Amino acid sequence: MEERVRLMEIFGVFAKVGAFTIGGGYAMIPIIQREMSSRGWIGDDELPDIIALAQSAPGILAVNMSIFAGYKLRGIKGSIVATLGSILPCFLTILLIAIVFSSFKDSPVVVRIFKGIRPVVAALIAVPMINMALKGNHTWWAWAISAFALVAVAFLKFSPIYILLVLIVLALAFTLYRERKGKEGRG
Amino acid sequence: MIALLLKLFWTFFVIGLFTFGGGYAMLSLIQAQVVVEHAWLTESTFADIVAISQMTPGPIGINCATYVGYDVMTTAGAGHLMGIVGSLTATLAITLPSFFIVLTLVRFYTRVKGSRVFEGVMSVIRPAVVGLIGAAAVILCVSVDWNGLVPSFSIVRDNFPDWKSWCLFAAAFVASFKFKVNPILIIVLAGVLGLLLY
Repeated sequence: MEERVRLMEIFGVFAKVGAFTIGGGYAMIPIIQREMSSRGWIGDDELPDIIALAQSAPGILAVNMSIFAGYKLRGIKGSIVATLGSILPCFLTILLIAIVFSSFKDSPVVVRIFKGIRPVVAALIAVPMINMALKGNHTWWAWAISAFALVAVAFLKFSPIYILLVLIVLALAFTLYRERKGKEGRG
Repeated sequence: MIALLLKLFWTFFVIGLFTFGGGYAMLSLIQAQVVVEHAWLTESTFADIVAISQMTPGPIGINCATYVGYDVMTTAGAGHLMGIVGSLTATLAITLPSFFIVLTLVRFYTRVKGSRVFEGVMSVIRPAVVGLIGAAAVILCVSVDWNGLVPSFSIVRDNFPDWKSWCLFAAAFVASFKFKVNPILIIVLAGVLGLLLY
């Protein structure tokens, strides 16, 4: 048996990555890359695959990367430890803030601060959405799907879960149908 | 309380299962389930939580889930301890689906990768997620009530009490979209402006 990476070390590395990621999953990619390649845990050529896989699975990119990387290092145990490592620091931080904030949130100063912050939150959600649309929507039907999802959820009050379910089923049916037709055409 | 915990677990499990496209997509699902569907929290509380999640280290989706788990329990009248149990429940529930799916994908990835069916489905999911995130932003600004087939739109007053809040919204939008100012800096500045303006 070759030398195995210690579980504590996996935990430590991912806890470090989780604790220092400000601003979401994509900020984590270079940090994970540096931590893992400097320890020789992973080749640089493997990283694009890890990212692609983490992106195609549902969930949070950073967590998905930890699950995958931990699995590669020490199997299921490794993936559990890596996931706990990447979640624990932010879990504890947020919990502390939640507990402290719950006793301050009605104080006049905090109310004034958040009166300024609340309208800004809507803008900060709108901007990544517009950037994603400009980057990813290349066809008129992609824009149509975006518009449909927005109107259905924001105005018609459909649950996003059902929208996604229906779209997945329709897309599956459509692509499978096209695949079969393509094969028949060639055969 | 146990019933609420179970509901919380199931809600966040489903959110984890259907989050395609990262943290902001997760925010839109959390908002749809927690604010719109179950009315566990109000739009303004949710906006506060999003701002705090963005400023705290860690993935925004996980931060938001942890915070919402705590707040749902304490808003329902439970104490700090149950709040902690709630945040644990939400955080675990939201990561569990990824856990199973990633570990399954690891085995089949080489076959799934580049398959036309997979790509076909993703080409529909990606633009849909964009729309969902847009809906999350809209829900924070405008609420719709349906009287039969007649919609009536109203501004969410808790988030936008006056014209000053629309100026803040516009300023943040331009700063972030046009000048790529760091979101954390924008939130901090907005907080300072809130103190000065109100």
